[in-house]
Amino acid sequence: MTIQVRIPTPLRRLTDGADEVSIEAENVGALIDNLEAAHAGMKDRLCDDKGDIRRFVNVYVNDEDVRFLKGKSTILKEGDEVSIVPAIAGGAL
Amino acid sequence: MIDFTEEQIERYSRHIILPEVGGEGQSKLLEAKVFMIGAGGLGSPIALYLAAAGVGTIGIADADVVDMSNLQRQIIHDNERVGVMKVESAKQSIEKLNPDVVVKTYPYRIDADNVREIIREYDLVIDGCDNFPTRFLVNDACYMEKKTLISGAMFRFDGQVTTFKPHEDKEGPCYRCLYPEPPPNGLVPSCSEAGILGALAGAVGTIQSVEAVKEILGIGQSLSGKLMTFDALRMEWKKLRLRKDPACALCSDQRTIFDLVTYEQACELPFGK
Repeated sequence: MTIQVRIPTPLRRLTDGADEVSIEAENVGALIDNLEAAHAGMKDRLCDDKGDIRRFVNVYVNDEDVRFLKGKSTILKEGDEVSIVPAIAGGAL
Repeated sequence: MIDFTEEQIERYSRHIILPEVGGEGQSKLLEAKVFMIGAGGLGSPIALYLAAAGVGTIGIADADVVDMSNLQRQIIHDNERVGVMKVESAKQSIEKLNPDVVVKTYPYRIDADNVREIIREYDLVIDGCDNFPTRFLVNDACYMEKKTLISGAMFRFDGQVTTFKPHEDKEGPCYRCLYPEPPPNGLVPSCSEAGILGALAGAVGTIQSVEAVKEILGIGQSLSGKLMTFDALRMEWKKLRLRKDPACALCSDQRTIFDLVTYEQACELPFGK
């Protein structure tokens, strides 16, 4: 099924500036793989060498962090929206 | 309740008229002590709105001087203050805006040796700093000193705001529940070269001020347990659930962090490149 994925500004260089992309996937792990296939470089930003989602990147399905669902095995259903929320630090600059 | 002067009654009349604030709430604001980390992009609107609201004591820490490139967003400073310590410039602006406010300045970097002692004398801490090591340090210190922390961050066109008070709310997360540790050097942008839409600082900082005032007044719903994100390009706010990590190294039963940790500053940008 098609899932809408929200891309944070730091990663929009990989999506030609698109703030949202449509990805076919049944679960979060497949979604990351298919994101990588469509937008090379994405997986390296989201996952570590072991393929686990990096600790300073949070992936949300709707308003829930996948770490508190089933991680990369979290099943996606039609209409779900996935958001990528990386740690950002700027304030005073 | 404080005996207001006539000038104070007039100054705070739009607060006092609100049933949720009233004279009692305004007294709470005047008696409140808030500590802010950073007198920059986020710190500017935070300090100005807290001062205007009559927050009685505002402590501000920042080790930098005002630079011309700050003025695109750091609205508490001005052209004539380029080269002046940011905390001093902020103090001047606040005192001009509202003489009721006592401003305490800390013109140096917050570190593991000074942070706990400083925040101990405040009721509330607001983080608007520009780097991960300080964010973790402040989070840990606030947990140890049982202080509520209102945290805001921004990058390019994105903003994030939340409140951490795991000492009050058993289900409440801390910053380490959101991000367990700082990104390794070079993996996430955190420095000024990345660019920032100036007015975004106003949007994010102002939400922090609203949250701070509500926290002092004890009204409404807190952002504890929620991460508010703002995407300025889409012009969209979102509220995401932020849960306590049952394995959090700081605030869970499996705690392993008992002392403040000093992390090295990362300053490269490949996450977005």
